[in-house]
Amino acid sequence: MLHLFNVKSPHSHPQLSPIPSNSPYKQLSGRLLTRNEIPLDENELQQLIQHEYVYKLPSITSNRCGRCGADESHLFGHFPHCVCGCSCCYCRNCVMMGRVTECESLYIFSSCTAFKKHEAPCNWEGNLTIGQQNAAERIISSIKRKEELLVWAVCGAGKTEMLFPGITYALRQGLRICIATPRTDVVRELLPRLQSAFADVDIQGLYGDSEEKLGSAQLLIATTHQLYRYTHAFDVVIIDEIDAFPFHNDKSLKWAASRAAKKASAQIYLTATPRKEEKKRIRKKQLSAVFIPSRFHGHPLPVPKLKLTPTLRSRLSKGALPSSILSHISNQRKGKRQLLLFASTIQSAENIASLLSLHYSVKSVHAEDPERADKINSFRNLEIDILVTTTILERGVTFPSVDVFVIDAGHQVFDEAALVQISGRAGRSPDDPDGRVIFFHIGKTEAMLEAQAAIEKMNLKAKKQ
Amino acid sequence: MRCIICFSPVLPSVDWTTFLTLQKPVKVCLQCSDKLSGIEEPGCPQCGRADGAEVCYDCERWERSEYAGVLTKNVAVFSYNEFAKELVARWKYRGDFTLIEAFTEAAQKKYKNHFHSMEADLAAIPLSKERLWERGFNQSEALITQLGASPLSFFKRKGSEKQSKKGRMERIGGENPFELIGKPERPVILVDDIYTTGMTVRHLGRLLCEAGCPEVYSFTLFR
Repeated sequence: MLHLFNVKSPHSHPQLSPIPSNSPYKQLSGRLLTRNEIPLDENELQQLIQHEYVYKLPSITSNRCGRCGADESHLFGHFPHCVCGCSCCYCRNCVMMGRVTECESLYIFSSCTAFKKHEAPCNWEGNLTIGQQNAAERIISSIKRKEELLVWAVCGAGKTEMLFPGITYALRQGLRICIATPRTDVVRELLPRLQSAFADVDIQGLYGDSEEKLGSAQLLIATTHQLYRYTHAFDVVIIDEIDAFPFHNDKSLKWAASRAAKKASAQIYLTATPRKEEKKRIRKKQLSAVFIPSRFHGHPLPVPKLKLTPTLRSRLSKGALPSSILSHISNQRKGKRQLLLFASTIQSAENIASLLSLHYSVKSVHAEDPERADKINSFRNLEIDILVTTTILERGVTFPSVDVFVIDAGHQVFDEAALVQISGRAGRSPDDPDGRVIFFHIGKTEAMLEAQAAIEKMNLKAKKQ
Repeated sequence: MRCIICFSPVLPSVDWTTFLTLQKPVKVCLQCSDKLSGIEEPGCPQCGRADGAEVCYDCERWERSEYAGVLTKNVAVFSYNEFAKELVARWKYRGDFTLIEAFTEAAQKKYKNHFHSMEADLAAIPLSKERLWERGFNQSEALITQLGASPLSFFKRKGSEKQSKKGRMERIGGENPFELIGKPERPVILVDDIYTTGMTVRHLGRLLCEAGCPEVYSFTLFR
């Protein structure tokens, strides 16, 4: 357990009695909540504590937050608390989910509830490719054995569908499942797909502003932050894009994810671009992994071409683009595909968009753009020809037919993972499985070469299969 | 040091001046302080809004209403932009009290510029009991403490409604939700986090004026 994350094991608590499956309190099972998040009056709560269904936990002990595990001193603050009249310590790391304050306890609800055993829960009728089938079998066996598994699937491999057999197996056994993903957009996209594939199963989507607040379902799709509010709740935890922000580099989220899983549970990590430490653990056989080197449509990944444009940065600083890039763009526009242009900063994305808007229909988009969703939709509906974006569109989005250019691919925001993901935006559809990917740069970087090599290696593996 | 707002490490610049003299620790990183926009003066002399140098349309309307003359002027530190909205939500509603340190230095400076030589009492805006228990602290008292003064309670709240959930008309048409409980003898400076429509400070200002307070000012972090 916890090999991948290499984090200190979360605190354990006394064995609690399982909440019976016919109890009305079943819907709170496996939760870790602050007092005002619990929809019960004081009497009810005290009774549950007496019956050992609920455990009362000190919220901040020896400089560690009991909810998010933060333990660095700059993540704690003090305030004059009018309720207890003292200068109270609180956790600043998870304050956006409601404040955890020293003088108020946290409450753990027992998790050992029996969930429904579904006989034939899955009504999806599609077919899996050989690569997907292979991964699906490995996922089932890791659920059976309650083990860890890393699923290394290229961009466009069809990750969601290859989860279906594993989810089906788990639901038949009456297990509880959580799919955690870094981004709200993905929860919103996955929820209807799973609801139609598993029509009779209780499924909920949980994120910051979701209408659903309870998070009591047998199959839960949640943003990774929501895992802060669970403890020993799930038999199967599937974590999407472990290499992405915010999961990557956030030890508090990793800590919460391992606590949300039961002690004996399967943990399945999905990624198209594992980080160095994961690759190392795979090589050392400390982490079992399964590869899906080919896309669901069977065509190889487009391999990026590198184009040297020495005047790039000096032209950019004057709000212009080198003529060679402009002629690449004008040639590209003669074809049928749309163009997705990646820029290194918000400023440069906006500059490039306003420059190109003289000749083309173009918009720029970035993370804090209030019209972000609208612009992405209008690109998807073919209302604009060129979308200039920062790295926010590097993953998770699918446009059927695009070419992809990266302007200043040597910039530090474009690491290997980002460049592989960006290249993966091209050729997603079986109707147009190709797409040109060009990195414009002022000098090759290791990241560019590694990304190119990683893609070629996956294509080679796919051929051999 | 870490930035109070985004937690990223802040590296203080070192040259001979900073090396030889005592420097205040930097609380906010450059990226965050760029996004906080301090209000440049003049601006509206009445409510402190950033654009223009004349009395703005909103203030003209106030001076034609029954609240004419109850507020001498409002002084505000920062513009209430998108970034400020996020910070206020995190500070006041989520309860991240420590964020106030990101505003303190600028607030002290602005306060000194306008009210330095004035003999006045600083009055806090009361919260309803429910709201106070929910948040754990009163933002207006916290701000007065940061200004180096002690808050005086002149007021009590009658109801418990949230101003920020209401539109301008509702806020302006509504009944005065406050009662006066103290006796103002000197000029009073009302201190709050945001001046939005200016209704709250005028409700309080009118109570003070009716009780014979010589002059009422207000000081807010955002406008």
